[in-house]
Amino acid sequence: MQIYLPIAEMSVDVFLLLGLGGMVGFLSGLFGVGGGFLMTPLLIFIGIPPAVAVATEANQIVASSVSGVIAHWRRQNVDVKMGLVLLAGGIFGSVIGIQLFAYLRGIGQIDLVISMSYVAFLGIIGSLMLAEAGRALLRRKGGAAQARRRQRRWIHGLPIKMRFRKSKLYISAIAPFVIGAVVGVLAAIMGVGGGFIMVPAMIYILGMPTSVVVGTSLFQIIFVTATVTFLQSVQNQTVDVVLAMLLLAGGVIGAQFGSRASTYLRGEQLRGLLAIMVLAVCGKLVWDLVTTPEDLFSVATLGAGS
Amino acid sequence: MRAARRWALISAACLAGLALAALALNSVRAAPLTADLSDHLIKITTGFTGTDVLLFGATDGPGDVIVVVRGPAARTAVRRKHRVAGIWVNRSQVVFSDAPSFYAVAASRPLEELMGTQALKRHQLGPWGIKLTAEEEDDDGLRIAYQAALNRIRSAEKLYQLESKKVRFLGEQLFRVDITFPSNVPTGIYTVQVFLVRDGDVVTAQTTPLKIEKHGFDYEVFEFAHTHSALYGLFAIALALAAGWLASVVFRRS
Repeated sequence: MQIYLPIAEMSVDVFLLLGLGGMVGFLSGLFGVGGGFLMTPLLIFIGIPPAVAVATEANQIVASSVSGVIAHWRRQNVDVKMGLVLLAGGIFGSVIGIQLFAYLRGIGQIDLVISMSYVAFLGIIGSLMLAEAGRALLRRKGGAAQARRRQRRWIHGLPIKMRFRKSKLYISAIAPFVIGAVVGVLAAIMGVGGGFIMVPAMIYILGMPTSVVVGTSLFQIIFVTATVTFLQSVQNQTVDVVLAMLLLAGGVIGAQFGSRASTYLRGEQLRGLLAIMVLAVCGKLVWDLVTTPEDLFSVATLGAGS
Repeated sequence: MRAARRWALISAACLAGLALAALALNSVRAAPLTADLSDHLIKITTGFTGTDVLLFGATDGPGDVIVVVRGPAARTAVRRKHRVAGIWVNRSQVVFSDAPSFYAVAASRPLEELMGTQALKRHQLGPWGIKLTAEEEDDDGLRIAYQAALNRIRSAEKLYQLESKKVRFLGEQLFRVDITFPSNVPTGIYTVQVFLVRDGDVVTAQTTPLKIEKHGFDYEVFEFAHTHSALYGLFAIALALAAGWLASVVFRRS
């Protein structure tokens, strides 16, 4: 059954979209990842204009993060103060990101920048996850390794120190602000929540306890992706609510099955599988960039004629 | 508009019934060329997959007919990819300030049989109907290559239909042709021109407007997003928050 997407201005099969939403939702439920970094390239593969895919995915992440943060809020796993500092950075970063997005779109380079950003991030994340999964498989006999709480020395040299009671930290506000800003730029340009960057940064750079990391990052992601949704709507008119709702419907159901399945399946092998999938998507993007296109020319309508 | 509608009724009837056809022909005889569309408004709704519009009419005697359908003009960029460090990148572009978003030609015989090249150029028919003005006129050879690319890409999308479609005559005076609009047809005001050709030149011409617009739910969403974009953004966020909350409520117990 075809449905006409009002903002993307094209017809797409409803069941394809529900299926995509369900599949990515299943994976995000299974692995506890946001899924934006898989959904946006998949949308581009099925022919959704990259600008629409990125903006719409930000809108969808708002919804999928809400249910996550509610659960963490109940367990009091959200460091609100840290979240607010990250958020301030996130809003700053997303405003910059949106300007950059509009500029790149105007000069016809946005598709390239989106693809290249994905290649870089999916490549790095996929390789790290694969290595991690491999190591975990090797040392399974030795028992679970204790998650180390590390903190970089240079963090202490920065000014404007703040006390974050929930995270039991007394550190400079500049570090979380910068991390938030980087994630904000990524959210605007790539249509991702940025959890896959933020969570490791919070653990390894800020030294936050793992118990509050996921809840706090989700808290920040909701507001940053909401900001991105708003700014994309105003500046580029590329948020397709019909597309977002269809993906969401599939995603919500898929996530429930995914989180249930995760209790029955073993982690390391699954993480290895996810890593391979991430690398496959990355490989496809690289392939599309380096192979000679079928048509070297493309046409873009810029506005009403004179 | 009312007169046009009456014409539509009369002309439609002339195709349907023989008795009415005689009547219609009598009233047509005054003008050398009369033509109308089966529909002056195309609505793009949720299930839109393209449509055909029937153009029909009558002439006052033997002759040939050329039909030109033109969509609204738009500033259009044609970009070319070049290989930079192994990656294909858009590196050069030509911007045309007035490229038609849609252009279709139909004729009762191949155009070159009807008129000489000079006459076709003079009346801007066939490929000469697409007049393109490059915003920066520096390299003519370059511009021609980009223009050819635009024609090729738009033809593949069925937005440019230069392979003239056949206008069919029913007898000597009544003619009809189906104009095909693909699912990706741009919205706006179109003009439909009908030319009557005799002895290698245009005798008379008639122009009829055609409107293509989005309609229903999709139209509302699109309009909302473009005219009240801030409100639309807030609405999108509210919808997402509500959906996320609803999901957590529904699946909390199970």
